[in-house]
Amino acid sequence: MAELTYRDAVARGIAQEMTRDPDVVFLGEDVGKAGGVFKATVGLYEQFGPLRVRDTPISEQAILGAAMGAAMTGLKPIAEIMFSDFFAVCFDYIANEFAKSRYMSNGQLKCPLVVRTGNGAGSRFGAQHSQSVENWCMMIPGLKVVAPSNPRDVIGLMAAAVRDPDPVIFFEHKSLYPTKGEVPDGEIVDRLGSAAIARPGKDATILALALMVPRALVAAERLKAEHGIDCEVVDVRSLVPLDTQTILGSVARTHRLFTVEENPRLCGWGAEIVSIVADEAFYDLDGPPVRITTPHIPLPAADILEDIALPTADRIVERVRRSMQA
Amino acid sequence: MAKIEDRATRSKVAASGLNDDIGEEMRLRLFRSQVLLRQAEQRAFDLFLQNLVKGTSHLSLGQEAVAAGFGCAMKPGDLSFCTYRGHAHTLARGVPVEKVLGELMQRDNGLMRGKGGSMHLTSVEHGVMGSYAIIGAHLPIACGAAWRAQYKGHKDVSVCFFGDGTTNIGAFHESLNFAAVWKLPVIFVCENNLYMEYTPISDVTAVKHPAADRAAAYGLDRILIDGNDADAVYRSAMAAYEKARAGGGPSLIECLTYRYSGHSRADPAKYRPEGELEKWKERDPIKLYRERLKQFGIAESAVTAIETEVQRIVDAATEACKAAPMPSLDILTTDVYADGGFAWRN
Repeated sequence: MAELTYRDAVARGIAQEMTRDPDVVFLGEDVGKAGGVFKATVGLYEQFGPLRVRDTPISEQAILGAAMGAAMTGLKPIAEIMFSDFFAVCFDYIANEFAKSRYMSNGQLKCPLVVRTGNGAGSRFGAQHSQSVENWCMMIPGLKVVAPSNPRDVIGLMAAAVRDPDPVIFFEHKSLYPTKGEVPDGEIVDRLGSAAIARPGKDATILALALMVPRALVAAERLKAEHGIDCEVVDVRSLVPLDTQTILGSVARTHRLFTVEENPRLCGWGAEIVSIVADEAFYDLDGPPVRITTPHIPLPAADILEDIALPTADRIVERVRRSMQA
Repeated sequence: MAKIEDRATRSKVAASGLNDDIGEEMRLRLFRSQVLLRQAEQRAFDLFLQNLVKGTSHLSLGQEAVAAGFGCAMKPGDLSFCTYRGHAHTLARGVPVEKVLGELMQRDNGLMRGKGGSMHLTSVEHGVMGSYAIIGAHLPIACGAAWRAQYKGHKDVSVCFFGDGTTNIGAFHESLNFAAVWKLPVIFVCENNLYMEYTPISDVTAVKHPAADRAAAYGLDRILIDGNDADAVYRSAMAAYEKARAGGGPSLIECLTYRYSGHSRADPAKYRPEGELEKWKERDPIKLYRERLKQFGIAESAVTAIETEVQRIVDAATEACKAAPMPSLDILTTDVYADGGFAWRN
C-alpha cells in the first residue's frame, strides 16, 4: 500500500497494461517526451520507448482515427485528447466511427481502444478548457464511459478499459490530478459497470461522479454532523455500462435520491438515472428526486464565478437539508 | 474542359509507351474486373429503378479503372478503406456480387445483413475494412491500420480511396502529414471526377489539381495519372505498393476520371455542361481497355467470353438476392457491443 496522486496513478495504470501486453500502444499530443501537459504520463516514454509512446502533431482527428485503425487491426491503443473540450473537433470518430463500426459491419469490425482525456472544471481555464462532457458520450450507443474519482480507481478502471473489447472513453478529472489516495501494491484490475458505495448511510442516496465524489463526501459528513442526516454516497464510476442495481439498491434502502453532476443541467447523466428510478423504484421514494448540477451556462474563467457555477459541498448540504426537512 | 485536354495528352503518352510489363494474364484480370464493376453497378441502378434497391446509392460508373487497377495490384492481406461510393472498390477485392447486391437490397444474404447498407460495405475476410460515409473519416483510420503494420513488422499496405471533395477537409491534411511524418505504409488515392456533389471542385479549390498539387506540402511526390486507363492505374499502384512495403512511406495519387451518374440516386446531374458526359464517354475506361486488348492481339472471343461470364455471375447474383429473405428482426439489437448485444446497464 502506498499513497499516490491521481496524476501518478494514470501513468502507473498505463504502465501496468503496457508491461502486460506489447500490443498496448499510446499516442497523443505532448504525451511522450514532455510527459503530458498535466504530467500524468511522465516516465512512459523512457520506459516503453518511442515506438510505443508516440508524440503526435496537433491533429485530433488523426489521433483518434489512427487509434481506431490500429485497434481494428490488432493493437490496443490508448489515445489522449488533451482536454475533453477538444472532443468537439474529432467527434466524428467518437460518435460516428468507432461507436458504430461493429454494428454497421454486423460484427465484422472491432474497436478495442481507450480514449483518455482531461475533463472538468476548477482550473479557471474558461469555457473551452473546463467542460464536463461525459454526457456527450453517454448518449452514444456503442461506447463505454468511465470517470474515476480516486487514484486506485484510475488504475483499476484503466486496466479494465484497456482489456475491454469495446471503445472506452476514460474521463480523468483535471482538478483531481494533484489529489492523493491509498493504492495497493501490485496489479489492480477493476470491472467496468460497477458503482461503489463510497460512504454508507441510511437517510438519503447521493450519486456523484469524479470531482463531485469528494465534494459529496464532505457534504455527507457535514449533513450528519450538523443536521443529523445520514447520507449514502454512491460513486457511479461508470456511466456505460451503468450499475443500476447498486443505485436502485441504495434508493430502496434510503428512499431518497440526489444526484450531483458537474455537467450543465440539460441531459446530464443524472437525468437518465432519475428517469430509471422513476420508472423502476417510484414507490421506494419518499420524496422527489433532486438533481444538483452546474447551471445551463458555458463556464466562466474568473474563480469567484467558476466556484459558484459548480456544485459545491455547501450547495449539496443546503439542497439536501432543504429537501429532507421539507 | 482544360482537364480533359490534359487527360488526352497524357493518354497519348501512355499509348505511345505500350509495352508488355503488365502481361496478358494481368490485362485480362484488369479487363474482367472493370467489366464486373460496370455490370454489377448497372444492375444496382436497374434494381433501384425497380424499387428493389432501397435507401441511397452512389455509383462509380465511368470510374471503374481506378478500383480495378488497385484491386489487381493488391496482395491478399492488403487492406482497403472505401467511401460511401464504395461498391466498386469492394467488388474489386473479390467480394461476391451477390453479397454486395444483397446488402443494397437489404436482404439477409447481404454483406452486413442490411445493417450497414450501400454506404458501409465491409468484408473483413476480403480486406475491405469498411466504407465510410463521413467525408475524409477513413484517411486517419487507414493511417492507424498502417501504423499497426509498421509496429508489428507486417508487410501489408493500407489504401484509402476518396473523391476530390475530400481534399478540402481537415482530416485529409491531418492524415497526409501524419502518414508522412511516421512514414506509414498507406496509399491515398484521390479519384478526381471533377465534381464534389453538385459543385465543380475547381470552383472551390485554390489549386488546379486538388490532391496532386498539395503533395509537396507533405514532402510527397506529385502523382497525377489518367484514372480511366487501368494500365496507368495499375502501374502507379504497383509502384506505390512497392514503395510502402520497402518502408518508403505513403503515396498520394490523383486519378483523373469522371462519373457518369449523378452524385447519388437523388441527383440527375443537370449541372454538367452540355456535351461533357459524351466527351468523357469517348474515353470510357472499358471501351479504352477493349481497344488495348485488341492492340495486344488478344482474341475478341476471349474478351466476349469474359463479358458473358460476368453477365452470368451478375444475373445469378440478382436472382439469388431477389429470392433471399429479408433479415430477421432479432439482429436489430445485436453487435452494438462486443458481447453481441446492446446492454448498457445491469
